[in-house]
Amino acid sequence: MDLPLVFMIVMGAAVLAYVVLDGYDLGVGMLMPAASAEEQSTMVASIGPFWDANETWLVLGIGILLAAFPLAHGIVLTALYIPVVAMLVGLMLRGVAFELRVKAEGWHRELWNWLFWLGSFAASFFQGVMLGRYITGFEQGFGFWLFAITVGASLCGGYVLLGATWLILKCEAGLQAKAFAWARWGLLWVALGVGLVSLATPLVSETVREKWFDFPRTLWVMVLPAASVACGAWLWRATGAKRRTNEMLPFALAVAIFVLAFLGLAYSLYPYVVIDRLTIWEAAAHPSGLKALAIGAGIVLPFIIGYTILAYRIFRGKANEKLYD
Amino acid sequence: MNEALLLARAQFGLNIGFHILFPTLTIALAWFLVAFRLAYQRTRDPAWLATYQLWVKIFALTFAMGVVTGVTMSFQFGTNWPRYMTTVGAIAGPLLSFEVLTAFFLEATFLGVMLFGMQRVPDWVHIVASILVAFGTTVSAFWILALNSWMQTPAGHVFADGQWIAADWVGVIFNPSFPYRLAHMLTASGLTAAFALAGLSAWRLLHAPFDHGARRTLRAGILTAAVAAPVQIFLGDQHGLNTLEHQPAKVAAIEALWHTERGAPLVLFAIPNEKTRRNDYAIELPYGASLILRHEKRAEVKGLDAFGLDRPPVAPVFFAFRVMVGVGVLMLALSWFGAWATRRGRTAPRWLLWTFAACTFIGWIATLAGWLVTEIGRQPWLVTGILRTAQAVGEASGAELGASFTGYVLTYALLLIAYLVVLTHMAGKGATPKEA
Repeated sequence: MDLPLVFMIVMGAAVLAYVVLDGYDLGVGMLMPAASAEEQSTMVASIGPFWDANETWLVLGIGILLAAFPLAHGIVLTALYIPVVAMLVGLMLRGVAFELRVKAEGWHRELWNWLFWLGSFAASFFQGVMLGRYITGFEQGFGFWLFAITVGASLCGGYVLLGATWLILKCEAGLQAKAFAWARWGLLWVALGVGLVSLATPLVSETVREKWFDFPRTLWVMVLPAASVACGAWLWRATGAKRRTNEMLPFALAVAIFVLAFLGLAYSLYPYVVIDRLTIWEAAAHPSGLKALAIGAGIVLPFIIGYTILAYRIFRGKANEKLYD
Repeated sequence: MNEALLLARAQFGLNIGFHILFPTLTIALAWFLVAFRLAYQRTRDPAWLATYQLWVKIFALTFAMGVVTGVTMSFQFGTNWPRYMTTVGAIAGPLLSFEVLTAFFLEATFLGVMLFGMQRVPDWVHIVASILVAFGTTVSAFWILALNSWMQTPAGHVFADGQWIAADWVGVIFNPSFPYRLAHMLTASGLTAAFALAGLSAWRLLHAPFDHGARRTLRAGILTAAVAAPVQIFLGDQHGLNTLEHQPAKVAAIEALWHTERGAPLVLFAIPNEKTRRNDYAIELPYGASLILRHEKRAEVKGLDAFGLDRPPVAPVFFAFRVMVGVGVLMLALSWFGAWATRRGRTAPRWLLWTFAACTFIGWIATLAGWLVTEIGRQPWLVTGILRTAQAVGEASGAELGASFTGYVLTYALLLIAYLVVLTHMAGKGATPKEA
């Protein structure tokens, strides 16, 4: 079996799981200032039981990068040093703020509410910057950094969309109505961001340009952006004032947009793990390590998926705002 | 030592040293929670439920601190020590991944059920969730200490295709120092959690002397410590003898023995001098080291001169070891006296409550000191005999490391202050019984 390719797929799946799952957590965190104090409690309660496990997918993704592609781990994380540190500080502030904001009183609580927002925002933005830098192969120069910052801002929009649609699913009445409106703003933000990034990516990377503009292959791969646009349009309709009946649909469509964008990205980069420099097979760890990892992951991952589903079943339904008190 | 190496080590040391505080507390605290939960199940006494609910919140806060600092660790292997992974990644990578797969997900997922699921699931599911979280924290310690022990006393590996790979995974995991280190670390966690439990309960009793639940948890903490402290001293001695066999240079640094000699003295206190290679202001017990390490008065003990340049710096190892042992003895004395003073429902005097409150985090001091002994004692190696620390360092520039180092220090200071303030605040308010 082609183990490096298998691990690339598993790692991609772990990162996608992280982006979708912690994406809604971070999105909810970014939406906090737009809500009242009471609504904020409900919003935090809607992600409280999940965020911890959601963040673990990031550790798994990085763990596989470390264990299966050690060469790439070194190159990628050294090149992304500063955005990585900024993202980690953001995740730290966000993570402890869950516990601290409810236990603090007076201005301390205000401080932790603010740090919860700041942490969510910084983590999201710098994840986008990391992605932007990664796509360009860490090229230096004003244009490349501008590109990375645009990706960072777009990802924030994407997470806001995920967070808002999650709140539609988990909240009721006034807050849910607000969440519908937020989802539409998030969608506009994403559309603008994805549009800019799609236009710019072929400019910053020749490899990506050749992948997408090589007739007749172009006709086939254009299915991805076309499907994204269709999902976006459907989402816009489903969040319109007169059609807010299906609570699950907006979140499902937001996830679909992320999956499609992810597939497009995977297609752009394959077979590289560091674009133009290192392919999956060049970066792969020694077969003996990969084999041990494959056996371990093969046994344990089904259990993880099983009890993750169990946890989502236990906490299904509307969020209880008295979760933290 | 060049600037980047020094900064890389300082930064990694800061991160791992800050991180280690929280798992040390949560590993054993999770088992205390299982005990509290089962006590409530058996007695249906609302005071046990209140105790559980208070400590599960303290656990969740501590766990969150452990998670966010642990995530940082997974990135820093690559950023600070890229050569580590390319040299021994085929061994370290799977071990680290197994921890994430078998422990991290388990803890994180079932902690949610434990914290928020009591009204949503049947009793038995909630109990199983509590047990799974405790089991997860222990499994996590298993993998991390397997890797750490392998770096100290490597076994089961072969050199192939330009790197080190596992020839025998059982040999890699159950390497010579692993059983000792794991037992030592788990007991350290038991002591740390026991003193935190006793200390925060004592703090509560200073505010509310008749809090029945706090009296119970004070006693639970003291008794656990009274049992764990002598066990730990025994385990520490065994671990030391194992180190003498496999890492004699570390023991020579611990004892500040500069020269190989027969009938070596035990240095009780001194200021080791790296330049003159001798101890200033030494207070020694004649034949002590030979007696302790070889159980024979005139036996030969290898000194630092036997290892040439491949030996750790002496002073930090020497002092950290003495701090660890001193704190260990203090914990033994305190817990035994405390057990006696609270026997058969007696009320602890206020000065004793103050003492326990002041010693809430005494376990952290011993753990950090012990960790410094073992990690600095391994230098100049990152993996003993296989990879030197200086060879593993990455290409991050001094400026990048310096900037991120400052960022980490500021964030950690904020987190630690907030953590301590909230913890003492919660413990001072105590547990209030409410309906499940």
